[in-house]
Amino acid sequence: MSEFKPTNPVIRWIEHRLPIFSFIDHAVGSGYPTPRNLNYWWNYGSLAGIALVILIITGIVLAMQYTPHADYAFDSVERIMRDVNYGWLLRYIHMNGASFFFIVVYIHLFRGLYYGSYKEPRELLWMIGVTLLLLMMATAFTGYVLPWGQLSYWAARVITNMFTAFPFGETIVTWLWGGYTVGNPTLNRFYAFHYLLPFVIVGVVFMHIWALHRFGSSNPVGIEADGPQDKIPFHPYYTVKDLFGLGVYLTLFAALVFFAPNMLGETINYVEADPLVTPAHIVPEWYFLPYYAILRSVTFDIWFLSAKLIGVILMFGSTLILFLVPWLDRSPVRSARFRPWYKWFFWIWVFDVAVLTWVGANLPVPPYLYIGQVASVWYFFHFLVILPLLSIFEPTKPLPSSIGEPVLKGGGASAAGAASKPMEKA
Amino acid sequence: MADTANPGAGPGHSGDGETRRDFLYLTAAAMGVVGTAAVAWPIIDSMNPAADVRALASIVVDLSPVEEGMAITVIWRGNPVFVRHRTAAEIETARGVALDDLPDPETDEARVQKPQWLVMVGICTHLGCIPKGQRVGEEKGEYDGWFCPCHGSHYDTSGRIRKGPAPRNLDVPPYEFLDDTTIEIG
Ligand code: HEM
Ligand code: FES
Repeated sequence: MSEFKPTNPVIRWIEHRLPIFSFIDHAVGSGYPTPRNLNYWWNYGSLAGIALVILIITGIVLAMQYTPHADYAFDSVERIMRDVNYGWLLRYIHMNGASFFFIVVYIHLFRGLYYGSYKEPRELLWMIGVTLLLLMMATAFTGYVLPWGQLSYWAARVITNMFTAFPFGETIVTWLWGGYTVGNPTLNRFYAFHYLLPFVIVGVVFMHIWALHRFGSSNPVGIEADGPQDKIPFHPYYTVKDLFGLGVYLTLFAALVFFAPNMLGETINYVEADPLVTPAHIVPEWYFLPYYAILRSVTFDIWFLSAKLIGVILMFGSTLILFLVPWLDRSPVRSARFRPWYKWFFWIWVFDVAVLTWVGANLPVPPYLYIGQVASVWYFFHFLVILPLLSIFEPTKPLPSSIGEPVLKGGGASAAGAASKPMEKA
Repeated sequence: MADTANPGAGPGHSGDGETRRDFLYLTAAAMGVVGTAAVAWPIIDSMNPAADVRALASIVVDLSPVEEGMAITVIWRGNPVFVRHRTAAEIETARGVALDDLPDPETDEARVQKPQWLVMVGICTHLGCIPKGQRVGEEKGEYDGWFCPCHGSHYDTSGRIRKGPAPRNLDVPPYEFLDDTTIEIG
């Protein structure tokens, strides 16, 4: 973690005028001190970055072949699949890349919840992350409309129609559509947004990393590093670990792309959009299923609020509530390792989300309907009631005195602590 | 004007802390907001339906081939419009319902111009799917009208919502009879 001193004269010349090399070194190089105890759950941030780059590269070449017009879009995607050199590969990478992007980001988010990464002083870092999730959703939603299949069309219709639940809803929806229903103007603007948003995401990712580097990564025990003896340089230690993770990721990704490229999709999206025929079973992509389940769980009006409005509010609320987590969870202990009760509730919540995913893929009839209702209530109960109560009543376990202690097993702690003093001064 | 903004003090200064400069800041900011809004509006409004889209706003439909008990679907402004030539029995059921039983109370009489012709926009008022029930053999729901498979809304023979998440009855578009069996929608 020494100062950045390039020897190459060209690099020195540039560095003097534009300190870009030291910037990179501080971001992901030997100049970025990182807790020495990060486990594999800390790989998912860099994986998400790579997933984003894969999507942008394949997206740009797909855009060179794609025609954003309601009459031609479907055929142009079929042409990509059949006639364009490696078109099938690019499209399958893009399609499944979106799925993998969500898997990685969801794991990244669950990691944050388990280890309390959102706590002081990383609240804003967390909130930027939730913003990234929202931007990803908007990007994936607009992208899914582009191939103009039956589900593309009907998903766009059902989702945009949600705005009719709000006052002036009809006006808003007509404006969103640029017509009286989802049509060519809608497809055009969705394409414009689908091209734009990924680059907005890139910008917000920079803010995310900027905020991260203010205090550095948290770590599995959730206590701050005592001094340099608790940290190791990002390069080569974590660059190597991240590369290994990337290898595993790409292996799994290739298996999906080459052996089961349509596993996560719906066959009916290979039927061209027909505004007059609603498919019997409208389902969103898997990564939206939990929200869809929550939306459909509200089947009754409450007071003067229609079921439709409440469903829409809860659906958006299920993501927006994540913004509040740093303030709902007031426990002074970060990591679930030292929170015996929260640990359980965390896994129950993960299970709850899995149940919602399963319910979202099924028709909203009993028993799915009732299971979905219970699971939806629990989802919010976890955040609004369990987290605040645990902050007060949970008996937390004693924290280790330093990041090194659990690694060096008991006695090592004081030794390391004592040894660290002179090192710190050096 | 300058005097009231800045009574009795030297240029740009006054005893109570208010200055000509404050006034300039305020007016400049206000003009900035107005100017930004004036530029923003064309950008926002450009996303509304364009003239060619609006031009497709009315259609004429000949109903003479539609026999009693039959239904047709026509396209108006890109959306399906359901026209059902109702049977006497269907009209009777629709009129026999007590308003208290309806989530969105509306009499059948208020929804039609001629009792045998029911004309409605064929879009579920929940989230915009096309309800089933127009074609022979399709599921018509528990009230023998239309059924929306997306989230399970049931409509009766007057197109009124009876059960399920949809908040409103199927909309009746503006239309008029040009003669006994011809209508103009829009
Ligand atoms: C955040 C990153 C991105 C996500 C999550 C994403 C997601 C998606 C999804 C889910 C689809 C539908 C795939 C299908 O079923 O066919 C799609 C299609 C498409 N995307 Fe992206 N995308 C991203 C970035 C980009 C970028 C940067 C471009 C290039 C400008 C792009 C261009 C396209 C094109 C042309 C299509 C239509 C062709 C097709 O359906 O394969 N995407 N995208
Ligand atoms: S769209 Fe018809 S029930 Fe939801």
